[in-house]
Amino acid sequence: MLRTFRIGGIHPPENKLSAGKKIVRLAVPKQVIVPLSQHIGAPAQAIVKKGDVVKAGTLIAKPSGFVSANIHSPVSGKINKIDAAIDASGYKRTAIYIDVEGDEWEESIDKSDKLIRECHFSAKEIVDKIAAAGIVGLGGATFPTQIKLTPPPGSKAEILIINAVECEPYLTSDHILMLEKGEEILVGVTLLMKSIDVKKAVIGIENNKPDAIKHLKKLASSFSGIEIMPLKVQYPQGGEKQLIDAVMRKQVKSGALPISAGAVVQNVGTAFAVYEAVQKNKPLFERVVTVTGKKLSNPSNFLTRIGTPIHTLIEEAGGLPENTGKVIGGGPMMGKALISPDVPVTKGSSGVLILTKEESVRKPMQNCIRCAKCVNVCPMGLNPTLLMNATEFKSWEMAEANYIVDCIECGSCSFTCPSNRPLLDHIRMGKGKVMGIIRARKA
Amino acid sequence: MENKLIISPSPHIHSGDSVSKNMYGVLIALLPALLVSLYYFGLGALIVTLVSVLSCVLFEFLIQKFLIKQPQTIYDGSAVLTGLLLAFNLPSNLPIWIILIGALAAIGIGKMSFGGLGNNIFNPALVGRVFLLISFPAQMTTWPVPGTIPMDYVDGQTGATILSLLNEGATELPSYTDMLLGNMGGSLGEVSAIALLLGFAFLLVRKIISWHIPVSIILTTFVFTGIMHLVNPAEYVNPIIHILSGGLLLGAIFMATDYVTSPMSKSGMLVFGIGIGLLTSVIRLFGAYPEGMSFAILIMNALTPLINMYFKPKHFGGK
Repeated sequence: MLRTFRIGGIHPPENKLSAGKKIVRLAVPKQVIVPLSQHIGAPAQAIVKKGDVVKAGTLIAKPSGFVSANIHSPVSGKINKIDAAIDASGYKRTAIYIDVEGDEWEESIDKSDKLIRECHFSAKEIVDKIAAAGIVGLGGATFPTQIKLTPPPGSKAEILIINAVECEPYLTSDHILMLEKGEEILVGVTLLMKSIDVKKAVIGIENNKPDAIKHLKKLASSFSGIEIMPLKVQYPQGGEKQLIDAVMRKQVKSGALPISAGAVVQNVGTAFAVYEAVQKNKPLFERVVTVTGKKLSNPSNFLTRIGTPIHTLIEEAGGLPENTGKVIGGGPMMGKALISPDVPVTKGSSGVLILTKEESVRKPMQNCIRCAKCVNVCPMGLNPTLLMNATEFKSWEMAEANYIVDCIECGSCSFTCPSNRPLLDHIRMGKGKVMGIIRARKA
Repeated sequence: MENKLIISPSPHIHSGDSVSKNMYGVLIALLPALLVSLYYFGLGALIVTLVSVLSCVLFEFLIQKFLIKQPQTIYDGSAVLTGLLLAFNLPSNLPIWIILIGALAAIGIGKMSFGGLGNNIFNPALVGRVFLLISFPAQMTTWPVPGTIPMDYVDGQTGATILSLLNEGATELPSYTDMLLGNMGGSLGEVSAIALLLGFAFLLVRKIISWHIPVSIILTTFVFTGIMHLVNPAEYVNPIIHILSGGLLLGAIFMATDYVTSPMSKSGMLVFGIGIGLLTSVIRLFGAYPEGMSFAILIMNALTPLINMYFKPKHFGGK
């Protein structure tokens, strides 16, 4: 019996249209737009100014707080301006515009494809290199990686869990990365294990990717302590707490961090970035992005520089279809509908999904019939319809008492509701409100 | 802008499930029982079913159009379902005018007075049935004797149900085979255990309902009436007869599981089911009425908001 998480869950159509498509390296665009907010936490602070000349890999922005991350230039060229740009969030935020000239990389970066397995760095040196490379969680959460690798005093990790489930429909970037960069990923996992001093790592992969499971299992035999665990397909298995439950049969307590269960979870793409940062001195300035959609002529997996406008990727995948309704940054369950295809690729961009007008239209909402299907699918064991009502009636106490802040915004409730009720829209709003109330109370 | 993109929060896809799909799913699950009742009760079953379904839809249409003045909801299948379930709870020789009153009570009082589907507290079909049972006790408790597609309607031969026979102290009962097939007196949809269980299997496979409510009702009734049978076999019959007779299976599978009026969490569903099982057994064994299913469900419907408050879904990472 394959493992999976034990509360709730749904099975949306997988639609992995770009599965098996080789990673194609995209040409460097004429101009990149590098937002200073590419991670959770405080925006980075620009350390370059207009007219400065940079290479690919040059540090251009520094962290401005504890939860923040370095940002490096993804290209060589000249800083055009530092100005507001609309990013995937839909808001105008500060970004660095760089006009591209050639493609020169920092000399310290090892550009060769040669695999380097040996590592003589200490745990602290590894974490420092990861922080210096500006690595954040590449699954989409974009939490600065070095913080997760530095557990709070008194807690100790027992196991490293690598999130390779890729449970979002359509997305295939992690899948193809495992097939093409399997060894590099395993070296990255070994480095992560060393950085938190654990002897055991489990790579969780949903069993709709049998080729990746087989490939990594074969490779893992020459690495010590790495187990490949096939998991039963179920969304949202990529949720941190869900994955820990699936792999360890342990539920992280409400409000607690994964480390309380002895686990540190990292995305498989992050493990690859860690390999490149530590073994190749390469900062995080490019990533694999799936570009997909049913009407798109050529769904693809691209290796692209951060800051590349998304329309460039769409053109390479066959161009924006006639009937486009939505362009989504990320997958269909948790991705963000983009205001325009001009927004840049950022560290957290796992995919670009194009939906037709028909696919984009929501059906009219009907009365709640209390069928409890939202309750049954909620992976956090919440009552979504109750939380939606509490938000509508501004009953913040009721919302808090029913654990609204535990919502992981996976969207399973809205996906399932037979009455087409926008459950998550309301819950997200109520969650923000209740979190504000809790912060105010603590202050 | 030449081609404006649609912006909305995630999720961007939907399962395609709908209210009407669920309602029509339940209707399909009721088909075997309908066919059995047409076989045993013939023309009467057909007339009662048609009148009940059509009048429920018509009343909902009229109330929606002239009283509530909101978009029509008759296409979602819920009024058809209420009509069919009401018919299943009526004797097949019931005069048309009584059925019309029952349909008006079900749709008008039971459903629309609360604001339509989703807002009602009580199962509408049961509101209709109990309204009729109290208003027309004689007509509601004389059942036609089953035949082979009989063509008489109100003037056929009548008899009693197993439960009313038991209530009067009779000892001769139909065989288990007849009970399973439905060859016995009773409301038109409740007689065939096999047909109802077939519908149950369909509902489970299609994930329209979960097992919790029906199984807890059936088990509780079985255990309670079983204990009484063991204590005093002369007074109390075999528990299997209780399961196979009256509206127990129809109620457990199709009436108590009504989404709107039953609890939302699995633990709440079990409490709800156990409550119905206990109340049904108590009414059947010690009450004045031979049958207690309808009352038991309505009483537990009233307790559903309370159950929802105290029996919450199992919270991830909770105590």
